[in-house]
Amino acid sequence: MEPVSRLQKVLEAGHFAVTSEVGPPKGTDPGVVTRKGIRLKDYCDAINVTDNQTAIVRLSSLAGCAVLRQVGVETVMQIVCRDRNRIAIQSDVLGAIALGIRNFLCLSGDHQKFGNHPTAKNVFDLDSVQLIAALKKMRDEKKFICGEDISGEVPIYIGAAENPYADPFEFRAVRLAKKVKAGAQFIQTQAIYDIAKFARFMEMVRERGLDKEAHILAGIIPIRSAGMARYMQTSVPGVHVPQEIVDRMKAATTAKEEGIKIALEAIEQVRQIPGVRGIHIMAVGWEEEAVPALVEKAGLYPRPG
Amino acid sequence: MIKARQKPMKDIARMVAPFSRILVLGCNTCTGICLAGGEKEVAILASTLRMQKKELGEFVVKRQCEKEFVEEARDLIQSHDVVLSLACGVGMNFVSEMFPEKPVLPGNDTMFLGLPKELGVFAERCVACGDCIIHLTGGLCPIARCAKHLFNGPCGGSSQGRCEISPDVPCIWQLIYERLARLGQLASLEELIPVRDWKSNDALGPRSFVREDLQVKET
Repeated sequence: MEPVSRLQKVLEAGHFAVTSEVGPPKGTDPGVVTRKGIRLKDYCDAINVTDNQTAIVRLSSLAGCAVLRQVGVETVMQIVCRDRNRIAIQSDVLGAIALGIRNFLCLSGDHQKFGNHPTAKNVFDLDSVQLIAALKKMRDEKKFICGEDISGEVPIYIGAAENPYADPFEFRAVRLAKKVKAGAQFIQTQAIYDIAKFARFMEMVRERGLDKEAHILAGIIPIRSAGMARYMQTSVPGVHVPQEIVDRMKAATTAKEEGIKIALEAIEQVRQIPGVRGIHIMAVGWEEEAVPALVEKAGLYPRPG
Repeated sequence: MIKARQKPMKDIARMVAPFSRILVLGCNTCTGICLAGGEKEVAILASTLRMQKKELGEFVVKRQCEKEFVEEARDLIQSHDVVLSLACGVGMNFVSEMFPEKPVLPGNDTMFLGLPKELGVFAERCVACGDCIIHLTGGLCPIARCAKHLFNGPCGGSSQGRCEISPDVPCIWQLIYERLARLGQLASLEELIPVRDWKSNDALGPRSFVREDLQVKET
């Protein structure tokens, strides 16, 4: 099958892929999204637009992707299961395809407890594995979950996330296997700091042959201050920052430089791990500075056409 | 069983304010057992309200969700302005249905289907979803006990056996994993659990079911 997106093309051609991420604003101005998108687009193969990340209400991922498409940026539309049922999600996917969006990332979603509406009712009509299977069915059979036909083409590239540091550790490769079996074609992992543990995870992934069935992108979060390191260590669900990283950030004279250095070391090391086919850079709050710097310094610039 | 707890006194006081003759009506089954609607709780609530210059009646039926038991309170219910129920929501609804002219106030908040973990600590175990799947999950229910009611294993927020929402909440998927490992059934976690048919739950509105074997047939 022909690739349906630039990201799929880059990965299937065997290039080491780079994706990045933009969080939409807590407001109505799309300018923030397009400015970041234009700044980053030459440094990565696609840009994720987050879906109300950490359960904070923001401009929707669908609208964020749509405005980025207008300025020629390839996007990955994130979809969480927390806020919408199968009717709303399938509807959004149809709308996204109509607007030219091709890459989708299927996520459970952070619990609403972490956001700015902690008293909200969550949905979770589907879980992330079921969402992946639903998108695959929409594409391969051109059918909705209910079995009715979809009119028009459904050219989508399906992604999922995995957190190698969540527990039980031995189950993470099984969970990834479920996602791949359900239809995930690319995987973006949670931030990688403990390289040795990630390498053990990848070993289990290779034992199951999952690296041959899906393209795995290692998550990289460059840290810009000691405060951010501590915050991520204690308060961000699913992120595991080793004490050593926090100590390095504390000791650094120029925190941002140290953050870039730590991230570059991680990129260098994950590239050596068989089965890693790219990186996903989540430079929360300093995308415009950190992403170009990392991609250039890692020797990953320019990106393949 | 159904677990309930009494509403804060200030909320109860606000609800009963317009009424002068109040019947506190307890229930000696579920809410009695979890110490929210038995004789002692009814007596304490009634005497607290008496101090607010109200005229109080008190009575405890065996089950507020069944007609034959609620009948025993009929005269008392009719001779008061209002029923302040210490049953669960089922009992409160039923008293309302039986006495169309009588206002019924909730003295309890009905919490969940659960068990007493230790003295004074109650925990949910079942959401009465109407389509049990725990044969696939080591006998432990992820719908009731996972904060995202996931069907296909723990999310990325599970850490050292704890749920991302709080270090006090165990990750049920960690417990499911350990149970299945002990039972030699880990392979069952490899299977995809497909999209759920929620119509047995709340998607179609109020639920009811019929057991014909229990119905009285006219011959």
